[in-house]
Amino acid sequence: MTWILENWERFWEVTAVHLRLSIVPVLAGFALSIPLGWFASRSAKARAVLFPLANVLFTIPSIALIVITPILIGVKILDEINVIVPLVIYTVALMVRSVSDALAAVPGNVIAAANAMGYRPLRRFLTVDFPLALPVTIAGLRVATVSNISMVSVGALVGLGGYGQLFTEGYQTDHTEKVLAGLIGTVVLAVLADGLLLLIGRLLTPWARAGR
Amino acid sequence: MIEFRAVTKRFEDGTIAVDELDLTVEAGTITVFVGPSGCGKTTSLRMVNRMIDPTSGTILVDGRDVLTVDPPTLRRGIGYVIQQAGLFPHRTVLDNVATVPLLSGWDKRRARTRAAELLEIVGLDPAFGKRYPAQLSGGQQQRVGVARALAADPPVLLMDEPFSAVDPVVREDLQNELLRLQAELDKTIVFVTHDIDEALKLGERVAVFRKGGHLAQYAKPQELLSAPANDFVASFVGRDRGYRTLTFLHADVPVHPVATAKLGERITVADWTLVVDEQNRPKGWLSGVDGEVEVGEDDLVSGGSLYDGSSLRGALDAALSSPSALGVVVDDAGAVTGVVKADDVIQALAKARAAGEVPK
Repeated sequence: MTWILENWERFWEVTAVHLRLSIVPVLAGFALSIPLGWFASRSAKARAVLFPLANVLFTIPSIALIVITPILIGVKILDEINVIVPLVIYTVALMVRSVSDALAAVPGNVIAAANAMGYRPLRRFLTVDFPLALPVTIAGLRVATVSNISMVSVGALVGLGGYGQLFTEGYQTDHTEKVLAGLIGTVVLAVLADGLLLLIGRLLTPWARAGR
Repeated sequence: MIEFRAVTKRFEDGTIAVDELDLTVEAGTITVFVGPSGCGKTTSLRMVNRMIDPTSGTILVDGRDVLTVDPPTLRRGIGYVIQQAGLFPHRTVLDNVATVPLLSGWDKRRARTRAAELLEIVGLDPAFGKRYPAQLSGGQQQRVGVARALAADPPVLLMDEPFSAVDPVVREDLQNELLRLQAELDKTIVFVTHDIDEALKLGERVAVFRKGGHLAQYAKPQELLSAPANDFVASFVGRDRGYRTLTFLHADVPVHPVATAKLGERITVADWTLVVDEQNRPKGWLSGVDGEVEVGEDDLVSGGSLYDGSSLRGALDAALSSPSALGVVVDDAGAVTGVVKADDVIQALAKARAAGEVPK
């Protein structure tokens, strides 16, 4: 704790990087999983391709993916994109299934009723299917967010990674307090982000707790 | 008016759901499509608002070929009530009812005012408007479903087994409510059910479908009961159809006076005595007590349906179900006016038959 207080500016700086490196991939990955998940929820063939692919991607160790990415996409080694791209991949791998399951769980008679009332497809998706899929989707988003916050640290291997840098520096200089500071930061960030998503979810879906 | 002209629906797997259907649903009537599962009744209904398109043939709604209208536009002009209501769980009751007006471009305020009106029309307290569907009972949800279908005041209402998921008591309420609404609104209603009793109760015309999408008979309910077109219809309408024909007969049955007594009164019971409350409403029968007794709640034999002058079926059932074999007749307020006897009902039936009121 004393390290954090004595190096407040440095700590704040890595926190900001850590936050950026975990939140940007969650947002981008979530945005990508909505159309992919929608596609998977509608077509058995799409599921047969997307779900195994997502599983395979998720089993690639994060160290490997983060080290390989700069080689594959050919950008400078210190560019943040090298951490963001692998984390987007993990987020999509997690979320495509959540979104698909959430959309598939929307009751059939509600969808039939929406069609019979005269909804057009896009408006139905935005105002009926997607809002009803939110509780399950947000549950998936919470897992993806927390897992991203924990994985960003691996980016330290390619010279990035927010709190991860505190881990490598602390380890190399035998400075335990520095490692501990990174650990505390990661946990606090994860708990705050999870709590925030829980709150947003509750505000967006007051109906989900009605009548229970 | 809805016209089916040589309408056939063949699904991709080759099954024929509807086979060369020719049928006209008259404007301002309730027409019921009834039949066993897989008979094409629901498919036929869903072809009206293009939830399903026919393989061949034409469907006209008020003279307009539905296939020439873009489906969402067509559907906004046709009310639809689905099984188990199918309400939007994430919207309040009021916003559920306002759905079609909002889709049709009404402003929010006007749509909600209209929705509140409709809640009252279907017999729901406007306070329900703020609740979510999950906070309502099955019967209330289905009322909201009906209100939602009526919101944009469509001339045609399609109802797809709307009351199948509620218990029998609530179902009867909803059926009576629909008949009351229809008397006021005069819509062209197509109602699908697998329940022949529901069909006979609600339908002004009933179309009986059989497996493979064939129309077995299309007739008034009393005609289905008294003159089924073939063995399938005869067996489908059921064994006690002779008895059920009485539902459609209204004839005067002599009402006899009956001995009544109030609770707590001291009486000498000779024969069956009908015990009533302060408002003269029936409480139960008293019999088999020797000498003078004080009428107590515990001595009463309850049972027997009440006859409110509706049909011969009600009169006969009241007599048959009463422990005294005397059917209790009540007025609109529920007060006893006398009793009917089964023999009199049979005679009234014989008279009606002689007068040609029972279809052959």
